[in-house]
Amino acid sequence: MTAMTRDETQALILEVLEAYPDKARKDRAKHLAVNDQSIEQSKKCITSNRKSLPGVMTVRGCAYAGSKGVVWGPIKDMVHISHGPVGCGQYSRAGRRNYYVGHTGINTFGTMNFTSDFQEKDIVFGGDKKLAKLIDEIEQLFPLSKGLSVQSECPIGLIGDDIEAVSKKKGKELNKPIVPVRCEGFRGVSQSLGHHIANDAIRDWVIGNRDGDDSFPTTPYDVAVIGDYNIGGDAWASRILLEEMGLRVVAQWSGDGTLSEMELTPKVKLNLIHCYRSMNYISRHMEEKYGIPWMEYNFFGPTKIAESLRKIAAFFDETIQANAEKVIAKYEAEYSAIIAKYRPRLEGKRVMLYVGGLRPRHVIGAYEDLGMEVVGTGYEFAHNDDYDRTMKEMGNATLLYDDVTGYEFEEFVKKIKPDLIGSGIKEKYIFQKMGVPFRQMHSWDYSGPYHGYDGFAIFARDMDMTINNPCWKSMQAPWLKAADSESQTLAA
Amino acid sequence: MPNVMLRKNDNGDVLFYVAKKDMEETIASVEMNTAETWGGMVTLTDGSTWYIDPISPPPVFPTTLRFKRGDE
Ligand code: SF4
Repeated sequence: MTAMTRDETQALILEVLEAYPDKARKDRAKHLAVNDQSIEQSKKCITSNRKSLPGVMTVRGCAYAGSKGVVWGPIKDMVHISHGPVGCGQYSRAGRRNYYVGHTGINTFGTMNFTSDFQEKDIVFGGDKKLAKLIDEIEQLFPLSKGLSVQSECPIGLIGDDIEAVSKKKGKELNKPIVPVRCEGFRGVSQSLGHHIANDAIRDWVIGNRDGDDSFPTTPYDVAVIGDYNIGGDAWASRILLEEMGLRVVAQWSGDGTLSEMELTPKVKLNLIHCYRSMNYISRHMEEKYGIPWMEYNFFGPTKIAESLRKIAAFFDETIQANAEKVIAKYEAEYSAIIAKYRPRLEGKRVMLYVGGLRPRHVIGAYEDLGMEVVGTGYEFAHNDDYDRTMKEMGNATLLYDDVTGYEFEEFVKKIKPDLIGSGIKEKYIFQKMGVPFRQMHSWDYSGPYHGYDGFAIFARDMDMTINNPCWKSMQAPWLKAADSESQTLAA
Repeated sequence: MPNVMLRKNDNGDVLFYVAKKDMEETIASVEMNTAETWGGMVTLTDGSTWYIDPISPPPVFPTTLRFKRGDE
């Protein structure tokens, strides 16, 4: 199928909207758009960050997921208590594959689930006492934890527990930071508000901890990697490039990160933001309070990596700038070989994405490096500023969908017939059963890393083995195949 | 009266960011923008207008200031 024109895409949106009742149609129409690169402000054509319609299938998460699952969870040397009933923490435990080094259960706690396991009596009489007891137990069992965070689940806000008071009291007793986070799931329309609440908690409880303490020796080349959750090792694959350039990575936020790294971040010279959506708040705060500039970068695919490395280097002196060129040159043979190998197998393939955070726009470059084209993209929980950034990356007349519903996504796929879909686990099996190759792009389908030059090699291999997998030719049962193709096979 | 975060972008324009509203716009013009004072009516590139009592000496960006809607 050739690229769709603006009118065709518009017609497709209208056709898909047909199925809704009037009111729902009017609402959903605002979230679907045909990309137009000439529009500067996305709010003119697409609405985002609104409450999902009751009754439609949305794949959004909750504020607790944004705070515990995304921002706080990966900080490895802290214990994060899922405060409330057991399920929220248990069903999200370790699913994001934020890799880290350390001895789990001794000095790191990333893949463990700590919960106050609320019962009926805790809802009726309040859970503050239980929280205090739980904190004591954790201290006894895991004395090497550097701090704790209390991640509120829905009931905490509903029954009005005072987790701040408990945290303060216990923090003093144990002489450890205990951070209460008011990220009850019902707050906001998606996990996005959870990111914001988590950022605010970091601002209030962590960032200022080492103000006025100059014992940490700094260099002019200190940077922090912000908004890289080290999924499948992403942050490591990014970090080595920065280090080869001569920069010193003081902190990783928050994949494989530690509490002290976060406390030291205000001492760096530049904050590098990968996931803008989840951590722009804290970067803006550090810019305002400490005068640390921040910049967004993109480490997916060689074109964007080179662009980003140069942009980062431009903040520093000529040695770093020369080093950046050296790094790019050093990896050139490697990534050219990857492109030479996979591009012929992937050229012209069309991709539809529907993910969160940064990927719906950041991975476009990596696909383009492989000769592929992204024909539709959308975010679960983006805001206008994300779409502002996306519209420049996407081709004209491609499809944009915000908080897409299960029905819409399926219909779009049926019409657009992409060669690959990149989305989450909830979408994966539906599309595979429809016979469309699929990659789970939240945690890289148990693969990764995808960041950096090393990650690009894995990315290219994964896309190839998914799209060119022989299984897609066997989607039809042999007895349903047309008679003539059968006789052909026999003759062959 | 929302709190607005103001910062300069790479081109030297001032960005106008309202976290509560996820609004990230660029300031198109400021009524008073001299060496001594900054403020008054502020027009954004999306056409909306906002007001802040003129500040002197001018603020150092980035900073957070409280603005009123221009039509209030
Ligand atoms: S919405 Fe509430 S109950 Fe559901 S996972 Fe989130 S915090 Fe838990």
